[in-house]
Amino acid sequence: MTLTLTPPSAEQTWTRVCALGDILPGTGVCALVRGQQVAVFHVAGRVFALGNRDPYTGANVLSRGLTGNAGGTLKVTSPLLKHAFDLETGVSLDDPRVSVPTYPVRVEGGDVWIGSAG
Amino acid sequence: MPQRTPQNQRPHVVIVGNGMVGHRLVDLLRAQAGPDALKVTVISEETRLAYDRVRLSAHFDDDRPNLSLATAEGYEEQGVNIAWSRATAVDREGRTVNVTGRAGEQTLAYDALVLATGSFPFVPPIPGRDAAGCFVYRSLDDLDAIREAARTARVGAVIGGGLLGLEAAGALGKLGLETHVVEFAPHLMPAQLDAEGGALLKRIIEDMGIGVHVSRATSEVCTDGAGRVTGLAFADGSRLETDLVVFSAGIRPRDDLARAGGLTVGERGGVQIDDRCVTSDPAVYAVGECALHGGRVYGLVAPGYAMARVAAANLLADLGLSGPTDARFTGADLSTKLKLLGVEVGSFGDAKGQTPEARSVSLSDNVRGTYSKLVLSPDGTRVLGGLLVGDTARYGDLLDLALSGTPLTVPPETLLVPPPGVEAPPTSANALVCSCENVRTNTLVEAISGGCRDVAGLKKCTGAGTGCGGCVPNLHGLLQTELRRLGEIVSNHLCEHFPHSRRELLDLIRVRGYRTWDEVLGAHGTGLGCETCKPAVASILASLHGEYVLKAEHAPLQDTNDAFLANIQKNGTYSVVPRVPGGEITPDGLIAIGAVAKKYGLYCKITGGQRIDLLGAQRDDLPAIWGDLIAAGFESGHAYGKSLRTVKSCVGQTWCRYGVQDSTGLAVRLELRYRGLRSPHKLKSGVSGCTRECAEARGKDFGVIATEKGWNLYVGGNGGVTPRHAVLLAADLDEETLIRTIDRFLMFYIRTADRLQRTSAWLENLEGGVEYLRGVILDDTLGLCADLDAAMAGHVDSYFDEWAATLADPAGLARFRTFVNSDARDEGVQWVNERGQVRPASPHELIPLPMAGGDD
Repeated sequence: MTLTLTPPSAEQTWTRVCALGDILPGTGVCALVRGQQVAVFHVAGRVFALGNRDPYTGANVLSRGLTGNAGGTLKVTSPLLKHAFDLETGVSLDDPRVSVPTYPVRVEGGDVWIGSAG
Repeated sequence: MPQRTPQNQRPHVVIVGNGMVGHRLVDLLRAQAGPDALKVTVISEETRLAYDRVRLSAHFDDDRPNLSLATAEGYEEQGVNIAWSRATAVDREGRTVNVTGRAGEQTLAYDALVLATGSFPFVPPIPGRDAAGCFVYRSLDDLDAIREAARTARVGAVIGGGLLGLEAAGALGKLGLETHVVEFAPHLMPAQLDAEGGALLKRIIEDMGIGVHVSRATSEVCTDGAGRVTGLAFADGSRLETDLVVFSAGIRPRDDLARAGGLTVGERGGVQIDDRCVTSDPAVYAVGECALHGGRVYGLVAPGYAMARVAAANLLADLGLSGPTDARFTGADLSTKLKLLGVEVGSFGDAKGQTPEARSVSLSDNVRGTYSKLVLSPDGTRVLGGLLVGDTARYGDLLDLALSGTPLTVPPETLLVPPPGVEAPPTSANALVCSCENVRTNTLVEAISGGCRDVAGLKKCTGAGTGCGGCVPNLHGLLQTELRRLGEIVSNHLCEHFPHSRRELLDLIRVRGYRTWDEVLGAHGTGLGCETCKPAVASILASLHGEYVLKAEHAPLQDTNDAFLANIQKNGTYSVVPRVPGGEITPDGLIAIGAVAKKYGLYCKITGGQRIDLLGAQRDDLPAIWGDLIAAGFESGHAYGKSLRTVKSCVGQTWCRYGVQDSTGLAVRLELRYRGLRSPHKLKSGVSGCTRECAEARGKDFGVIATEKGWNLYVGGNGGVTPRHAVLLAADLDEETLIRTIDRFLMFYIRTADRLQRTSAWLENLEGGVEYLRGVILDDTLGLCADLDAAMAGHVDSYFDEWAATLADPAGLARFRTFVNSDARDEGVQWVNERGQVRPASPHELIPLPMAGGDD
């Protein structure tokens, strides 16, 4: 079950998606946040949330990609045709014109919350 | 941050109508203003809240999808009030709106009012239009009524040959009716197509068995004594017998509330709005199909959504809940690409050539059934618009040209007719390397001399390797060769994280005894790793230690196939391949696999390696599928791993009149011996019972061919992008010697090959070639044989079925859920039936149909 919280006067609606412990370090999971598929990664002690859809193939697979870094950029590589995306900005490392949406993340009391603007 | 308004002074927005656009507006407002900042009330006269009208026709599918976009509970959670009522009057002076509905009559005070009342279908004023058997195609209720009527009808006719009319015709077809389309204009889709495009579309649709009647003005709907539809009479005196009529002749904006309230409306209807989506009253906004902007009513959902965004931004600013905004709606592009009844149609820009003195080029291909047209600027240098019927493959490129206004650098006709097939030049010096992107050697060599120093750079610079990826190993080879030729030092580093080749890393891991990624990265690597080194290290660890690959410390290293123990397919589903050693399978085994395929709706195909591929498995079904397969005696076929795949065989001496040895028996023995063996590249094998070579053993990494005296062993062959025949390593071996030789060959390869290096490339690069290999594994010139034998014995002894291990690991099974927080499935996975089985829907089949084509 998802729990949706609408805090007063905030621009985001926050949804608790899982416990941080549900994401094996270095990997991602997919969460359904208000109907959107969101890929949530736990990498280098941080949590990132991107759209789950690989824009190059149209398949909802990014959460299943391998994570890593290219220089100073933290990235995830789509499992289909290996296109990589910046975990912080969602921008494709192969083509800066292509990107996936990013979502704000909060980790509170061991729980992962994803913000969405509708 | 906006000033908090006291509870009793929250501004109140009332939204009249809850269609797709009204719902989008609610979401947008709520995203920016919580319930204690803004009170939102939605007036819905329908008994259901917003649903996805674009996909309306899916309501007739067998597996009817839930089209709802909003629920009462969802609105309640968001703090949105619903008035289940019809708005009857607006008092703009007093800022109130009267409603009547379930709760009787009410008056709602508003600070801002938004009209999102949509449109109603236009029914031409012809006699008989209200007869029993006449419908419109607009809402789910309409569709339910049509479905009910279709039970007793044989023939159905749609009046209107636009987008929605053709969609309605498709729906009548789905219901099993003989279907006709009647269009007043001289051709179909008059708003989008020209005469020639419309004529081609007519031919294609007629070929599907749908009657198309153009230039027909319906003068009367004929009825029987009971007032039921019997046919249509046309102005030219002709007649069409039909039991059911669907009107789809355009839409009209619902502006009655605005009219009665004294707001400015257009001559042909529609609530007048400015770029801020504000009507003639600053406290009243209008969005969607009821709104008239720049003399135009938009009948598509995308412009409606754009208006909702603009209205939300301005409304919040006007109410003082946000800072000033410059959000404006300045019109929308009406380009459309869709698949109507399976016919691809694309229309963009000035498709009909209405720009004064515009020129055009067109191509009509009666053989392929395609028509394409470009409208050009008077000087012929820019694309203004165009039409594509039957084939919309070039739609994206041409639309780009039209939107960007880029001057043409090629003759315009070449944009419609692909340049004649460029054949490979007589010499192979400039060979085609990437057939997906049509990139040849010369281009790649130029890119390398121009500064590209890695495969990623080559991909970016030339596009090669960005399609199917099958040529990437060739790119790698070409790059190495070219760099050597240029006298540069060629790095053998795995990637930026490890300054070692795979072979060096394997030696380090083996000698130092590392067992985990963290140990290896900590001792020899930098950073966090990547998609290159992680699977490589995972493979080395698996080859050396044979541990369960999904143990928590190994799981993050596995690429998706290993992570889910199945092969990912283009739409994100997986294929399942149970092991069928040697291709030998019992009738019960076949039945069990068939039963599993049927139960989970999987597509079946016999693979090239004598197994059965079950495609289309959803990630969360994989454990259950494997539970069933394991119960029937199957185990993982490792079709996903860089590991032994199959040992193909013929029937050999047992059945074949030419066979001289038991090839099937040997193939089964070899496959069971090497199953689960992780290696730098996938491994395939074959055993033929005679030199006729029915198992194609010489196309494999190791192949065995029976002779009168024993077995001949061939190594280093492969299929794939660059096929190679295997070479003879040893002849006339007895079975035990044969197996010992293969053991050593495989282990030596696994321990010394580079990452993703096939046995063929490995053998080619082995200094001394096959002679050297013979020395190492037959004559033990390096004294390694005992070590190699022990390594293989270790593998054979430690083998276990990964899928059985996975099912026994409840924590690991959680990884197979599609969503960490929901039991839902991936809605992006959609199927199409083809030759009696499912296949993934292609992108153009996923494109939702737009709504009716505006006020045209």
